[in-house]
Amino acid sequence: MSSENDTEKKSDESHAHHPSYVKIWAILVVLLGLSVAGPHLGIEIITLITAFGIAVVKAYLVAKHFMHVNLEKRYVVYLIATCLGFMGLLYAGVAPDVMRHSGRNWHNLAAQDEVKRAIAEHAHHPKE
Amino acid sequence: MRPVATTRSATGMPTGRLAVWWLIASEIVIFGGLLTSYVMHRIGHPEFGDYAAHTNTAAGAINTLVLLTSSLAAVLAHQAAGQGDGKKAARLLWFTVLGGVCFLFIKAFEWTHEIREGLVISKNMFWAFYYTATGLHGLHVIVGMIAMMIIARDAAKGRELQRVENVGLYWHFVDVVWIFLFPLLYIAK
Repeated sequence: MSSENDTEKKSDESHAHHPSYVKIWAILVVLLGLSVAGPHLGIEIITLITAFGIAVVKAYLVAKHFMHVNLEKRYVVYLIATCLGFMGLLYAGVAPDVMRHSGRNWHNLAAQDEVKRAIAEHAHHPKE
Repeated sequence: MRPVATTRSATGMPTGRLAVWWLIASEIVIFGGLLTSYVMHRIGHPEFGDYAAHTNTAAGAINTLVLLTSSLAAVLAHQAAGQGDGKKAARLLWFTVLGGVCFLFIKAFEWTHEIREGLVISKNMFWAFYYTATGLHGLHVIVGMIAMMIIARDAAKGRELQRVENVGLYWHFVDVVWIFLFPLLYIAK
């Protein structure tokens, strides 16, 4: 029974300490509108900020206000952070080989050829 | 006899809820690996921008709105369950399931259109990522809907109301994954 009491206690806390869920949803919808409208300006930095910056903000709002991560036990946050850390580790370890197609002593000829081929093909057949 | 996930709380929180957090943690590694790989290839392959121009931004945006709205219904269901109102929680869970149905319907419309255009999974690496990521996400939506229907049936009878929060956590995570998939596949052109 104690666990049910824990659930109810957390539930009471989570619903008592947050702004209206509908208000959070409205903010998320406005942010969605901005993330769609931003790239239409055609400025790369604005596209990056509106698309990916806003995605991070939206994910934060959902995690905090809908999932109530801030009210969970600290080890839940550490658990999630560890998994996100593994994502960063994968990126740091593999990115130099994937994002670049040549280095000091190596060339990824297949990737270089594919980029050239695809760009040339798009120039000739922009609809493909 | 009540399940251990409901009655045991060795870690300071119900074991059922802890299990859902472990599930979400494992899902972060799965989707994280996929999305990180996509980002690396997107940066290394400028032609991905041309391929992404064929994705339907309007459909992606509508689907984002659908998932955000279904997440709102899921958290309101959690609130209703916290107040002991199982019938209201069940109604809101069914509304969430309806959101999942809408999402899959729009996704099916998109896929049908793209496949008819010849943009299939074997076309190139972009479309391989696109179908893998959205397909895997769609499977998670289906699993969430099935779990939600089972829990809504019990909640309507006032049983196992703590499960409403647990399935809601999973649904919000599926929403968060889509929040990142949307700009990666539909906006970065």
